[in-house]
Amino acid sequence: MLAALQNDFAQALLDPDRDVPGAITSHNAREPQQRFAVYRNNVVAGLIDAVRAKFPATERIVGEAFFAAMARMFVTAHPPRSKILHHYGDDFGNFVEGFEPAAALPYLADVARLEAARTRAYHAADAVPLPPAAFAKIDPQYAGLLRLTLHPSLQIVRSAYPIVTIWGMNAGEIALGPINQSAPEDAIVMRPSFNVTVRVLPPGGATFIAALRDKATLATASEAAAASDARFDLTASLALLIDAGAIVAFAMDDRDRTGSYEDIAP
Amino acid sequence: MKRSTLPASAGVGFKPQHFDAIRTDDQGIGFIEVHAENYMGAGGPPHAMLRALRERYALSIHGVGLSIGSAGPLDADHLARLKALCDRYEPHSFSEHLAWSSHGDIYLNDLLPLPYTDETLARIVSHIDEVQDTLGREMLLENPSTYVQFSGSTIPEAEFLKEIASRTGCGLLLDVNNVFVQAVNHSTSPEAYLAAFPLDRVKEIHLGGHDAQQDETGAPLLIDAHGAPVADAVWALYESVVARTGPLPTLIEWDNDVPDWPVLAAQARAADAILARYAQRSAA
Repeated sequence: MLAALQNDFAQALLDPDRDVPGAITSHNAREPQQRFAVYRNNVVAGLIDAVRAKFPATERIVGEAFFAAMARMFVTAHPPRSKILHHYGDDFGNFVEGFEPAAALPYLADVARLEAARTRAYHAADAVPLPPAAFAKIDPQYAGLLRLTLHPSLQIVRSAYPIVTIWGMNAGEIALGPINQSAPEDAIVMRPSFNVTVRVLPPGGATFIAALRDKATLATASEAAAASDARFDLTASLALLIDAGAIVAFAMDDRDRTGSYEDIAP
Repeated sequence: MKRSTLPASAGVGFKPQHFDAIRTDDQGIGFIEVHAENYMGAGGPPHAMLRALRERYALSIHGVGLSIGSAGPLDADHLARLKALCDRYEPHSFSEHLAWSSHGDIYLNDLLPLPYTDETLARIVSHIDEVQDTLGREMLLENPSTYVQFSGSTIPEAEFLKEIASRTGCGLLLDVNNVFVQAVNHSTSPEAYLAAFPLDRVKEIHLGGHDAQQDETGAPLLIDAHGAPVADAVWALYESVVARTGPLPTLIEWDNDVPDWPVLAAQARAADAILARYAQRSAA
């Protein structure tokens, strides 16, 4: 009986066209519709608030009313499957991509994906980035053999649109200005310590990082990146990773030593 | 089994915007309480802040997602996450709600009401046994604020909670605002509810603000919104409880339209003032 009641109750919460469960009473009302509406509103408004909190730049781009309507459709069609609410909306970008009324803003889904990546980075495991000085001691003749351990918060969001610029302008991070919509930007999102950072990856950077994550050596990752984009520049990509705090350890290929850079310092 | 050991003074629900103020407050507060589910990420600022605060303050971990009132089984993964969190922070108390919040694999993110029947009672008792066995801790169960009732209910809520506590050995978390909210919503007497409530099982009290509306018949409808100061009527009920129980750990909950720290701290000091009056009496 409890199971049937909870089934009726749960379905009516997310579907305003369904009747209020028959087992419900209230002390004065002939039809306890309005009492049940408190729960309907708590659930739907609470989930919309959770989505709104996670996607402030997406909301800024489309405006509050449009965003609320879009989020309402999302939360009723895709209620949370996790009790950890900061996971909720991780796939909102996919919903936005298929949301017909937003079709005129083809970059919107990727901005939402960038914002979801920021939340993942915020809650990711902690790790201490290697200081830039650690890399100065690497013997150049062995550099290609290194395998890197990247920071657990590191997220890559690839896009055919300038999403870092669009996000930055709508998040108050950079000044408003003209946007070249045909200039694609891949984003690297990181949380080296307390604050989440977002930067544009140089050409080939996304392929380079994906290969490093698969534990390729620097030489192999560099070849893969150059093959994916002729403009790939190893020095520029490595400098960005070091500066962003994205590298937490490196080890030599042939000696199976991990951890401290002192191991391979000359 | 580890017992709940919060200090018998006033604490606050921790909000990240108050981190610096709480950490450096000269007077301090009795304890902080956090929602368990907000600390289930692997790392990041939430854990950094909680670690720092845990060094100075007693901690209460308050779950909102376990769905103890579900007809179906408890989510074993979620229970394991709660255990990991309790092992990580060694809180002075763990509490959850007399409510359900999940259905199948969908999480509804709200504390939903239950019919009080023998079937529900048996279900909840077995869930609480499982929680306490898994965590190795006494848990506190909180009375709800509800907006509807069920025609099938056969057991008054205070009696229902008393029976759960006696069968499981769990403690109770008495939310005085919830008592007031639902007494108004169901046109019953909060004093009668408290007279029937097993006050000897209460290990923590919650106080929060509510939002006053009207239903379609013009009758008052109070919403447990946690977005305002504690109402005068709730303070009066609280004092009537403390007069009977003596000082108890008391939490101020303010989750929406969160004010600056001094406003929240003043609510905690007001609770402390009431606790101090009855501490002197118990000592005398």
